[in-house]
Amino acid sequence: MTAFIRDQWYVAAYAHEVGRTPLGRTLLGEPVLLYRTEDGRPVALADRCVHRRFPLSEKPSRLDGDRVVCGYHGFTYGPDGRCVSVPGQRRIPRTARLTGYPVVEQDAFVWVWIGDRDPGDTLPPRAPWLDSPDHTVVSGMEPLDADYGLLVDNLLDLSHETYLHGGYIGTPEVAETPITTEVDEKSRVVRVSRHMDDAACPPFYAESTGITGRITRHQDIEYHAPCLYLLHSRVAPVGTDERAFHVEVVYGITPSTEHTTYDFWAVARDFALDDQKVTDFLRESNHTVVMQDVVALNALQKALDTEPPGYQELSINIDTGGLAARRILARMAAEPA
Amino acid sequence: MDAPPPATPSASEVHRIHWLPGTDHLLAVCHCGAEAEFDDPVALWEWLLAHPDGHRTRTNESP
Repeated sequence: MTAFIRDQWYVAAYAHEVGRTPLGRTLLGEPVLLYRTEDGRPVALADRCVHRRFPLSEKPSRLDGDRVVCGYHGFTYGPDGRCVSVPGQRRIPRTARLTGYPVVEQDAFVWVWIGDRDPGDTLPPRAPWLDSPDHTVVSGMEPLDADYGLLVDNLLDLSHETYLHGGYIGTPEVAETPITTEVDEKSRVVRVSRHMDDAACPPFYAESTGITGRITRHQDIEYHAPCLYLLHSRVAPVGTDERAFHVEVVYGITPSTEHTTYDFWAVARDFALDDQKVTDFLRESNHTVVMQDVVALNALQKALDTEPPGYQELSINIDTGGLAARRILARMAAEPA
Repeated sequence: MDAPPPATPSASEVHRIHWLPGTDHLLAVCHCGAEAEFDDPVALWEWLLAHPDGHRTRTNESP
């Protein structure tokens, strides 16, 4: 498996998912409860009552004002995690406290810090298009029954679009076009660029932009290890740069357990902002593409689970970016806490 | 998964790898300016991470 990397921000949920109903997510193996206080602040606490470990995100657990009440025996906690009430007695045990997690709401995501040290001034990487009046966004989250490293591998090598996503976002030119890879060791960002000068326009872009002929297509990936993947996608009819359409594809990659991952996906566009038909089409077709990846990665994980330790792979030129990402993840995992 | 071994970077290290158009070759450019061509990305990363071993600035020779 790909080792968990602690002391990092991870996408725990979309901002619209966190409200006045307790929400449970497992982040790097830790059960986390998410909700909002009455004044709208997001709260992230350990999702287990200190008494008998009942999940506080599970009904009949509920919110009472800013407090969460365990649905099993009524232990009640404030938004700082402190237990304020236990059943049948006045004395509240000193250890009755839920672990609280640093939480930040940014770019339509609720980010939670998973780690042992304090985040200090460290903030999550940005995806500003998701919360911008100049863009229209479709988004979703798919649970993946696979190691998060498989999703990183998948997203860093877009040549798979030609085969796995043919007829949606893939055309022959994607797999045929050489890539440039840049690895910034200090900021832990991997960039992979593929610029196609004369390519077929896949249905995903033809139907959403109205382009009928061939296109220039740029794919510029920015992977902020370990948690955020950005694909700056630009398409324009060949020879008409001023009519470029921009799509910002964002993935929050959040390990849940060793073999499960939250795949937060979002697509922001800077054209046809109010066109509901385009929105519906992009939501449906992108969901289809994401599910093609989910099915493939789940099958791959099952296959890998049957492999003996130390199994061999073969890497070729298309894997340059993926190998860079794997190496950065391995280095981060090896760093002392 | 064959993750290459971790390495400890110094400040401002940027590695660049260009897939040379019309070929199957990769050109690795180390942050120190050394360059080398490869046809295998695993060998390429081993060379980049071996810095400064085998890195002569502005060389175009394969190691």
